[in-house]
Amino acid sequence: MSTTPTPPVSGTPGEEAGLGTLDRDDARAVEAGAGGTRPRRGGREGSKVFVRAALLVVCLVWTIPTIGLLISSFRERDAITSSGWWTVFANPLEFTRLTFENYGEVLEAGMGAAFINSLAVTIPATIIPVLMAAFAAYAFAWMRFPGREVLFTLVVALLVIPLQVAFIPLLRLFGQFGLNGTFLAVWLAHTGFGMPLAVYLLRNYMSSMPREVIESAKVDGASHYQTFWRLMIPLSVPALAAFAIFQFLWVWNDLLVALIFLGGGDNEVVTIALQQLVGARGQDWYILTAGAFITMIVPLLVFFGLQRYFVRGLTAGSVKG
Amino acid sequence: MLKLINGLLAILGGLGGVMVLFWALNAAVERLPDVWEERLKPYVFIGPAMLAVAVFLVYPGIRTIVLSLFSANSAEFVGFQNYAELARDPDLRAAIINNLLWILFVPTVAVALGLLVAVLADRVSPRMEKFSKSIIFLPMAISMVGASTIWKFIYEWRPEGTAQIGLLNAIWTALGGEPQTWLQISTFRLNSFLLMIILVWLQAGFAMVLLSAAIKGVPEETLEAARIDGANEVQIFWRVIVPQIASTIVVVLTTIIILVLKVFDIVYVTTGGNFNTDVVANRFITELFNFRQFGRAAAIVVALIIATIPVMIYNIRTFRAGESR
Repeated sequence: MSTTPTPPVSGTPGEEAGLGTLDRDDARAVEAGAGGTRPRRGGREGSKVFVRAALLVVCLVWTIPTIGLLISSFRERDAITSSGWWTVFANPLEFTRLTFENYGEVLEAGMGAAFINSLAVTIPATIIPVLMAAFAAYAFAWMRFPGREVLFTLVVALLVIPLQVAFIPLLRLFGQFGLNGTFLAVWLAHTGFGMPLAVYLLRNYMSSMPREVIESAKVDGASHYQTFWRLMIPLSVPALAAFAIFQFLWVWNDLLVALIFLGGGDNEVVTIALQQLVGARGQDWYILTAGAFITMIVPLLVFFGLQRYFVRGLTAGSVKG
Repeated sequence: MLKLINGLLAILGGLGGVMVLFWALNAAVERLPDVWEERLKPYVFIGPAMLAVAVFLVYPGIRTIVLSLFSANSAEFVGFQNYAELARDPDLRAAIINNLLWILFVPTVAVALGLLVAVLADRVSPRMEKFSKSIIFLPMAISMVGASTIWKFIYEWRPEGTAQIGLLNAIWTALGGEPQTWLQISTFRLNSFLLMIILVWLQAGFAMVLLSAAIKGVPEETLEAARIDGANEVQIFWRVIVPQIASTIVVVLTTIIILVLKVFDIVYVTTGGNFNTDVVANRFITELFNFRQFGRAAAIVVALIIATIPVMIYNIRTFRAGESR
């Protein structure tokens, strides 16, 4: 498999600027990291100090909000409301009083159940569209059939459609089948909403594979179904992963779709749970800070673990409606 | 525990269902005579995906346009009355003004900051470049609800004389000001701008990643040529780098504009649209859930669709151009 060239994801504007060049960027970064010779720009020593200082200031400003939340979530409830979180740095003794109690309480208050619900919503709402889109992308890339152009143009057009178009009719449609408030409703909705982007990205990736690879499989007597599973899926792993991560984060972080089709109650997800806490207990910062961090932990892990794919997925997904 | 098992079963059921669907459809088509198998197979492959698009986007889209011409409960045809009502609605007008401010402020500032970081990071050691980019990019992983909570804490107000626990008021009072309930101050739309900062915080990393990649794609020779001609770094930035990355800047701007058009989470979580901070996408939720005005909610969506049509056409054109290349 290592001899097979993996084509870069490329296509229309969002990507040419995003994925294509990003790969190049990554490659260069690797090169530079390995002691490569990429010339770095910059002038005199004095201005270099200034550049570093400016960059550090921006980084600090960007981190402070999250740090403040994180520290507060471990402080005792009275401490949070009686002094600013930054005072812990002035009294190192405060560090010994940090506690997990807030987390215990907010998990009990429904955030724990919501966390499991979020997983139950997000995992199928990620894998189902990836699978469906992969089949469709293969057909759009490697099969000839009437309606191909028209249907794919429709997919491109729908990339930026506001999701709100779907809500009123779907509420009624799901209502007729008694689906509102169920996981199935949200899976179906996210499958539909994520589909244009998924088909678009995967088709662009698959169509850039060398023709000979597909042809040779055909010569060996493989059907399209076999070619798809044994050849195309393994070759498309980078694109599949990029979209899957993007969709996972998108669904996990979504409030709108969950609010419309799932709402509160037994099946509520973390974003809904947090939003309701903010509404109902807006002053109880010991609950809110811990709750907010629980909603963030999975995306942050994905971020730290899979940043490379994550960057690709997000930049590619930025065209999504 | 029961919850966990249910969740697992739901996941397995959902996934298994899709696998079986494709397997069964394929098996059925393979039993047909060869000619028909060849003809039908593409539709088996695209079928489920296209059905999902049709049922969850196309059909509802058309239906929404139709519903926008009907009364609140969709029972009676009212023509363009919903649109006329919305045009007269002072709340919606205020929301539109806010949205315009969001559209002007958020993409511009996010791009400016993203560009700044991209340029700065290009001039430091690789390790620091990687680190600083990760830091700026990190908020992209955070949901708008989470980000709103984080920033609501920063804007938090405590009565004068007690310790300020919100960072903004702490700084403000340290400088001699009185504590302010920031999110309630609509003078000069201050509160709206404070909410926009949340989105800038989330989106600057996205702008930075794309712009940084574009900047690295600028050929070194063009920079050298400018230096030999005696241009200073600032001139090089504006006259050599910016023109060469203009198309990426446009892509980032339009992407964030589309996002801003639909933003509702931040307003919904922080102020609920009160204190003159409402935006169009939040009006949609209000009309739908609070007023049960389905006709007017649909009309708002139609307005949103119209706003995105230019981007849609642009995307199709670029795609077609790319295909015929």
